[in-house]
Amino acid sequence: MLGWLGSVLYPVIAYLQPPKIPEASVQSVKAGLASGFPANSGQIVKFGRKPVVLIRTDTGDFRAFSATCTHLECIVQYRTDLKQIWCACHNGRYDLRGRNVSGPPPRPLDEYAVKVVSDEIYVTKQADAS
Amino acid sequence: MNPKRKLHEKLFSWFDDRFEISPLVEFMRHKQVPVHRHTIWYYMGGVTLFLFVVQVMSGILLVLYYKADENAAFESVRFIMTKVQFGWLVRSIHSWSANLMVFFVFVHMFSTFFTRAYAKPRELTWITGFVLLVLALGFGFTGYLLPWNELAFFATKVGTDIVGAIPLVGDPLKIVLRGGEDVTGATLSRFYAIHIAILPALFTVLLGLHLLFVQRQGMHEPEHIAALPTEKKRMLPFFPNFLLRDVLLWFVVLNVLLCLAVFFPWGLGEKADPFSSAPAGIRPEWYFMFMFQTLKLIPAHVFFLEGEVLGIVAFGLAGLAWLLVPFWGRGFSRADRRAGMTLVGVAAIVYIAVLTVVGYLL
Repeated sequence: MLGWLGSVLYPVIAYLQPPKIPEASVQSVKAGLASGFPANSGQIVKFGRKPVVLIRTDTGDFRAFSATCTHLECIVQYRTDLKQIWCACHNGRYDLRGRNVSGPPPRPLDEYAVKVVSDEIYVTKQADAS
Repeated sequence: MNPKRKLHEKLFSWFDDRFEISPLVEFMRHKQVPVHRHTIWYYMGGVTLFLFVVQVMSGILLVLYYKADENAAFESVRFIMTKVQFGWLVRSIHSWSANLMVFFVFVHMFSTFFTRAYAKPRELTWITGFVLLVLALGFGFTGYLLPWNELAFFATKVGTDIVGAIPLVGDPLKIVLRGGEDVTGATLSRFYAIHIAILPALFTVLLGLHLLFVQRQGMHEPEHIAALPTEKKRMLPFFPNFLLRDVLLWFVVLNVLLCLAVFFPWGLGEKADPFSSAPAGIRPEWYFMFMFQTLKLIPAHVFFLEGEVLGIVAFGLAGLAWLLVPFWGRGFSRADRRAGMTLVGVAAIVYIAVLTVVGYLL
């Protein structure tokens, strides 16, 4: 009986598991021109299939973090009034180092490296960023 | 055969010869509904059933034009609302009726709870009712994504991620629900299948059982009515008296539904963009608000647990306790049990109401 049940249920359960789609490994993306990116602003950049929030601070530095909130996976945004990264879903907040500073997020955001070469912004995956 | 018999008598006789339906008719003829100051609550299940039928009918109409594809879902709903004759009305009725149905499910459930209609011998009626509540919420959750708009996209992201927080089975379950790691077109296909095939099938079976139990056991009488001698009880024949009152109330609800659908047509919002930030003011449907607000208030870490895990475990345990309501307090006296249950019921309503209001105000 158990064997029969297993032989019926196993294919059904296996069928429900979506096949893994191989993803091209993205290491770096271009994110526009530095001259067109005002200070104290942020935008979402496509990094392969993942969203990344790219921020230009008041002092003109660029920072980039995974835009997926570590609480429940909403996409975060840069709040110019707070000068913090904010998740609208559950009011989670991160500072400009990606550290969770208030609300329910349990972990910091993964950081990406940002370089500006000939006015072009490059966002690059860091060794420890997933 | 007597040629003077009327057509309906002939028809009845034709069926009775083959299926012996006379005992069923006899049963219906003798079925009675107690009349007392809580009789109003007997109608709530019927209203819920009526709204479910509205959902099925309006849902079938929507399926004729809806396309479950991430590049076409939003556009197909917009097409229904702007190009199809009365499409806006059908879609608005479907959305409003869904909300009213969930509302009446809650009213029905709490009225059953406070009148203690779950007690022996109606334990299974309560349990099938609880499963129907969960399925109704499942209908709401899966249906919410189908227009593929911004709010729905993030609500689904959050909702499925909450599933992922369930210890042990959460992660594989999340991937099965989403059809992959993220909320994508694959999620939309799965939610569509769940919404129009899996849930209706389960719901119909459970509803059939629930109604069968109610018919077989009759209406519950509150303890003070049950204790009265038969001659002092006021009774109303189910057929046709109670049923006609039921139908009258359905017409009232239908009118309210139509007023809501016409004067407050359901909006569509912005198309979902997986690469845009969650908009400010994002919130789930009202019936998930108290859970959403709870998750907002729980700190990131409580002792060794992450806040979201604590939230999901707490809601899971509360749901399990609610399922097992008929079996609570077996070792206590009847008076103590009654007082305790009332307290728990009031606390549950206050908690849901306060967190819902706070969710809308903050």
